[in-house]
Amino acid sequence: MKERIGVYICHCGGNISDYVDVEELSKMFYKEDNIVVSKNVMFVCADSSQKAMIADIQEYKLDAIVVCSCSPKLHLHTFRNVAACAGLNPFNYVQVNIREQCSWPHSDHPHEATVKAAGLIRAGINRVSHSESLENIEIEVKKSALIIGAGVAGMKAAIELARSGNEVFLVEKDYFVGGHIAQKGQLFMSDQEGKDVITSLYHEIKKYPNITLFTGSTIEKVSGSLGSFHIELKVKPRYINPRVDKQTVKSVMDECPIEIDDPFNLGLVKRKVIYKNYPEALPDLPVVDAEALKVFPDFVAKYKSVLNLTEEEQIISLMAGSVLVTTGYDDYLPKEGEFGYKTLENVITLPELNRLMELNPNKLVYGGKEIKSIAFIYCVGSRQSKGENRFCSRQCCTSAIYTSLQLKKKYKDIQAYHIYRDIRTYGKQEVLYEQSSKQGDLYFKYEEKEMPVIEREGKSLIVKIKDYLTARKQLEIETDMVVLVTGMMPRKDALQISELFKIPVGSDRFFNEIHPKLKPVETVIKGVYIAGACQGPKNITESVQSSLAATSKIIALLKKGSFSADPIIARIDMDACSWCDKCAEVCDYSALKMIEMNGKMVAGVNKAMCAGCGICAPVCPENAIEIAQYTDKEIEAMIDGFLAKLEINEKEGGSDSTPKESAIRMEEYPQVWKEILAVMKDGKYTIPQIAENSKLNSELVTYHLMTMNKYGIVVPDGMDDKEMYYYYKENEDSH
Amino acid sequence: MVFSTDKISDPGIDQAGLRKIHYSPSVYVISLPCSSGVKPKWIMHALENGFDGVFIAADGHECSFSSRCAEYTNKIVEVSQQLMKAKNINPKRIRMAALCSVCAEPFANHMENFGKILANLED
Repeated sequence: MKERIGVYICHCGGNISDYVDVEELSKMFYKEDNIVVSKNVMFVCADSSQKAMIADIQEYKLDAIVVCSCSPKLHLHTFRNVAACAGLNPFNYVQVNIREQCSWPHSDHPHEATVKAAGLIRAGINRVSHSESLENIEIEVKKSALIIGAGVAGMKAAIELARSGNEVFLVEKDYFVGGHIAQKGQLFMSDQEGKDVITSLYHEIKKYPNITLFTGSTIEKVSGSLGSFHIELKVKPRYINPRVDKQTVKSVMDECPIEIDDPFNLGLVKRKVIYKNYPEALPDLPVVDAEALKVFPDFVAKYKSVLNLTEEEQIISLMAGSVLVTTGYDDYLPKEGEFGYKTLENVITLPELNRLMELNPNKLVYGGKEIKSIAFIYCVGSRQSKGENRFCSRQCCTSAIYTSLQLKKKYKDIQAYHIYRDIRTYGKQEVLYEQSSKQGDLYFKYEEKEMPVIEREGKSLIVKIKDYLTARKQLEIETDMVVLVTGMMPRKDALQISELFKIPVGSDRFFNEIHPKLKPVETVIKGVYIAGACQGPKNITESVQSSLAATSKIIALLKKGSFSADPIIARIDMDACSWCDKCAEVCDYSALKMIEMNGKMVAGVNKAMCAGCGICAPVCPENAIEIAQYTDKEIEAMIDGFLAKLEINEKEGGSDSTPKESAIRMEEYPQVWKEILAVMKDGKYTIPQIAENSKLNSELVTYHLMTMNKYGIVVPDGMDDKEMYYYYKENEDSH
Repeated sequence: MVFSTDKISDPGIDQAGLRKIHYSPSVYVISLPCSSGVKPKWIMHALENGFDGVFIAADGHECSFSSRCAEYTNKIVEVSQQLMKAKNINPKRIRMAALCSVCAEPFANHMENFGKILANLED
């Protein structure tokens, strides 16, 4: 139990004290034995107030503090730092929210607000009385990172992490790096070829001996946690002798007797079963589909020095301090019959058209016929108000319009029709929309409730739409080809990664970050980060941005070599626990494991893995689990505090607003401001200096200076030599 | 007595204050990391010592800790109701609802409705 508590109740310049009698409350608590300091302060967060609090803690040897002001979301860390600066354990401080949850919502009932504030403060004092000193948990972090997925996001991250001197393991499921980018042809805004971007990233990667690239590899097992993740990797063989010269390998590829539909070209052409995705694909070593070749033993025997079909897969163990997941996305594949896909000839998807353009450099030919007109149908597989993909895929509008510009450039005489719901060529991409309109592309708008219908009429396709740009007129567009502008989907195998690393998945089935704005690449699993399109639709720029954001977080983590984890985690009463497994069943983080303690099986907490959620605590039949700072004693003492019947005399309209000696009246504002500005006219001053020179009370100066700062009349200008007070000067812009 | 959550429902309750949306001053809030961490023991402590009702402002499907948060919180309510029945406390004195980080009006509405229900109970 704490015996020397300091209580600080904030006026918040009237935000609290206009409704809650803070003076009366500070007097009331001061009468109690274990409360050594009880003050009401104009702005408890002002730097002068913080300094005064530090002085109080040291002078009065306070063993705990209670700050009663705004929501803990605003200043929890401010006052933890104040405590730490004064040599008090930061966890012997409790924040009581008497603004957002008291003075503001109960401004209609000032007396009741004061009574409630008394209960809240009483609860805070009770809680802090039972508070324990806690130390952050220091976890050693290995200087290595695992990156899953060698697309543009993963490759860029690998380079940056390696450049900072870390060991990097880059794992790619496919036999070749690059992901979707290598398939894309020219890329919008930079006009570079996707495969050229990948080639240059690959050569950059090869400059770093501290990057190990594993292709044809999958993660099989994960154990450990932040600082030392133990990864088991399965590396599939390429079944080809890497020492044989390239010319020989090429002649074996040419002679290979079996062809299958080429998945890289989305089935538009055939490829051999000894293959590279495209001639420049990297690493520059072909792969053999061993199963398919087994039916040609003569061929295999003839080239036994090149083909090695007995090669076995390898299991490799790795240790990584941190993990970055950049597994990307899958293209939405329309269902059979969706806008005539697979049921009508010449209905293809945008990724298929992009491959077709790569395969047809001079003339766009499909199904033996030259294509002279194309109708693009937008939002296929995205923005489904009743389907499972309710999200917008962000990049498809720009991608379709850019493709349309490329079509005109490459094949000249071709007409494009864009049948869209809304055009989202945001930011700099808008210029492409303008260029497309200028080149003569025609735009039509449909709504989800009246979808376009595709029919075949002779050799042509007819797209029937209700065009919302011409008063919902029924239009028929004759075209040679219909291209479905498909969206992005979460990877089919994303759930496996999610299960291995315990990364939460959102209702859209993409990986979930902690906070979309404030923690956009962090996951709730410490040390595991996500970037690129695996967390939601993104274009390449956005993927690389998120990848670099995650990389900077990982570099900071690895550079320090250790991680200071929050001590607010679960702990087990070893006497009460008799290991029933119920806690481990509900723990999504695998933080609870059976351990032996003095010959007894009990639950053990992995401090690095525990997220401090407390889900395990209520399920324990022996009540053997508590979360630090949320112990039974603390919570029940808070409840008792709320219920304590505190007698407060009713006054007219809350408190007197401010301490008597510094009562602020509206008519005084101009005079006080004039006096403060007179002191400040020839330079910058701290609050104590202004108070001394103006002969005004320092709390009054603080109050007015904060208000003047708020309205831009004065501005802060650095701290004094002792880093005790901020300097303020007159804002020249305010004249 | 309300149990809220640090990241989701407590910011929603703060929003109500920020927007000066009024609700009863007899509402007291304890914020926890996750609504699935409320112990039935605490609920009983509140009800047996003077609170008229306990409301759990749950994370629901937004919970960043567990996709099964709603299920776990629901289980806590069920277990608490069993304990309440054993002590002749009306099970209607506990209630849960998912509350988002900007659910200011819904919170005030929940408090008003729950207050009315509690006022009419005669255990």
